[in-house]
Amino acid sequence: MTAHAPSFHERASHALADANLQRSIAGLKGGFVAARARAVAALPEFQAMREAGAAIKDHTLENLDYYLERYEAEVLKRGGHVHWATDAADACRIVREICARAGAKIVTKGKSMVSEEIGLNEALEADGIEVIETDAGEYIVQLAKETPSHIVMPTIHKTTGQITDLFHEHHRRYGFAEPAQDAAELIGQVRSVLRAKFFAADVGITGANFLIAETGSNVIVTNEGNGDLTSTLARVHIVTAGIEKVVPTLNDAAVLLRLLARSALGMDVTSYVTYATGPRRPGDLDGPEEYHVVLIDNGRTKMLEGAYRPMLRCIRCAACMNHCPVYMSVGGHAYGWVYPGPMGAVLTPMIAGHEKAQELPHACTLNGRCQQVCPVKIPLPDMLRRLRHDQWEAGFIRGAARWGISAWAWLASRPRLYHALTRMMVAVAGLTGRSRGRFRHLPLASGWTQGRDMPAPQGETFHVAWAKSKRRR
Amino acid sequence: MNPGCESDTASGAGPSGPRVALFVTCLVDLFRPNIGFAAVKLLEDSGCVVDVPSRQVCCGQPAYNSGDTAAAQRIAKQVIETFSGYDYVVGPSGSCMAMLRKDYPELLKDDPAWLARASKLANRCYELMSFLADVRGLRLKGVAYPGKVTYHDSCSGLRTLGIKAQPRRLLADVDGLELTEQQDAETCCGFGGTFCVKYPDISIKMVSDKIGNVEMSGADTVLGGDLGCLLNIAGRLRRLGKSTRVFHTAEVLAGMAGGPGIGEPEKPR
Repeated sequence: MTAHAPSFHERASHALADANLQRSIAGLKGGFVAARARAVAALPEFQAMREAGAAIKDHTLENLDYYLERYEAEVLKRGGHVHWATDAADACRIVREICARAGAKIVTKGKSMVSEEIGLNEALEADGIEVIETDAGEYIVQLAKETPSHIVMPTIHKTTGQITDLFHEHHRRYGFAEPAQDAAELIGQVRSVLRAKFFAADVGITGANFLIAETGSNVIVTNEGNGDLTSTLARVHIVTAGIEKVVPTLNDAAVLLRLLARSALGMDVTSYVTYATGPRRPGDLDGPEEYHVVLIDNGRTKMLEGAYRPMLRCIRCAACMNHCPVYMSVGGHAYGWVYPGPMGAVLTPMIAGHEKAQELPHACTLNGRCQQVCPVKIPLPDMLRRLRHDQWEAGFIRGAARWGISAWAWLASRPRLYHALTRMMVAVAGLTGRSRGRFRHLPLASGWTQGRDMPAPQGETFHVAWAKSKRRR
Repeated sequence: MNPGCESDTASGAGPSGPRVALFVTCLVDLFRPNIGFAAVKLLEDSGCVVDVPSRQVCCGQPAYNSGDTAAAQRIAKQVIETFSGYDYVVGPSGSCMAMLRKDYPELLKDDPAWLARASKLANRCYELMSFLADVRGLRLKGVAYPGKVTYHDSCSGLRTLGIKAQPRRLLADVDGLELTEQQDAETCCGFGGTFCVKYPDISIKMVSDKIGNVEMSGADTVLGGDLGCLLNIAGRLRRLGKSTRVFHTAEVLAGMAGGPGIGEPEKPR
């Protein structure tokens, strides 16, 4: 998937003016934060668990080659297949080939952000395959021809009314003549429509929350059970996963699972935690005949080498965006690609390239709340600041932004000149602004004054006033 | 020592108290010297001998947060030179003092000589409220502010320096002051340094949310520990024609909130 053309600026302005979006976000805002806070408060060892979670991820990343090979060996031992994909195109090619060999006409999909990252649906649909998202949120987004605006709850940008209209338009052909009356009825419609698709599917594709090196298992975490049906009912099960998803042992996964559900939704545990290990064995009552894992790099080894390695600890819980005041103002689509919010502002430039995401690292107040709630302690503000540094060094930051900072820094390094100049400026601003206490318009400061007054300076700089008061003392 | 105040610490009383350099911060220097004078008074009341180095300008955050690391390093070295030789460096801003305390050693980590100097300085740097409450144990007496106030937790102070209880503890000593907590007190106000002019739409949405919470709290005054946030909140309040007053916490604690609040006209109200 490629990043959209309009700038973050434009998308954000659009989002702020979108009444439905603003209503949806406002309805959820406090909920995420309160739910997580309750779940964390109920667990005295939560902070220690964050330490443990970060340590597990760091250890794995330090030895990623070893654990990936161990994982591959375990999958092969159990009759599965492992495919290594260097980038998005490579990953799509591998999945398409598996589907072609299986003669697939219908493919069901569990929720997988990495499949969004590689643009898998479009690739399969180009081959004439019917692709059906089976997570209720993803299903709605697919029906509306949109993309997820949140990595855990794909439809948080939509109101229930919009979803009712959407279903009324598309579900009449399934016999639902009247608009649904409530959320339960909406879910009932999804269940009914999807039931038939699960049984008809030739291939089921899921993501993986974790890959277990010691057993060759993939773990998915869901609340609807759709992932289980996707991975067990089709003849072929394909797992798409980033290479950073591997963890050494089942015990390690257990620590991260405890962190994940609490951080994501404030739940102690999700409704379903499903471990899938290889294809159906002789005597098994269900399970796929073929089990494939596509391990996707797509920029991850590049991150592994350098200062951005901590970003690979991410377990996709979305706590950072749930607590981000910028995300909660503009929603996920403003970020322009698959991953929104603070984690997306780091991942998008790393995976899709600086050119396509130049604004994202700057669209942040560095307030630090994301880092405070991150279950694996990723220093997101530091990463965003480092991305700004990289952009500065690479010359991506140009024009007024660059010259303004450079001129200011030049002046700030010359205290005498700085104080002489600011003393005059403040005296003038104080004289003209003091009677009203504020300016409604200021030259060169429209960014401030378009929605705020600028409080007027008191009239003397502190340093001038201090020098005078010292003489009086 | 001011008769209205006393200090819990035995070591710091009288003119022989610790020598403290005031880190004025560029915004206080330009916009609101009153906060600087309030800081001096509070520091002196807590038994410190205060000096204001005249070569100081800014902590360098605008450059650091814009990606111009080299300029930030230059400014950091300048600050370190200006402020070495004091027992403490104290400033009325969580954001600037977090820069001195946490970011300077990180900025200069590849230069052992400067790293040592940065670390030495960092350990002596404090945000004003935490210094008064934690280091000096200041208890106020005879300071009054008649009003219902709500405190906004500025992000850097809160998350980088752990400033939460200190301003509230100090405000509890002010006569006539009723502290009422706002919802989402820990949520960013939308200032964010250059963010507020780079993304004015989003910044204004955030500060509007903040003001909504301030109003819901029923407070007539907003207090905070960082002038950047306070200029943002006051600027939006004034634009909306609201009468809610805005002061830096130091102004109230020093009994220097008798004049116009931030963004208010000079004429007596």
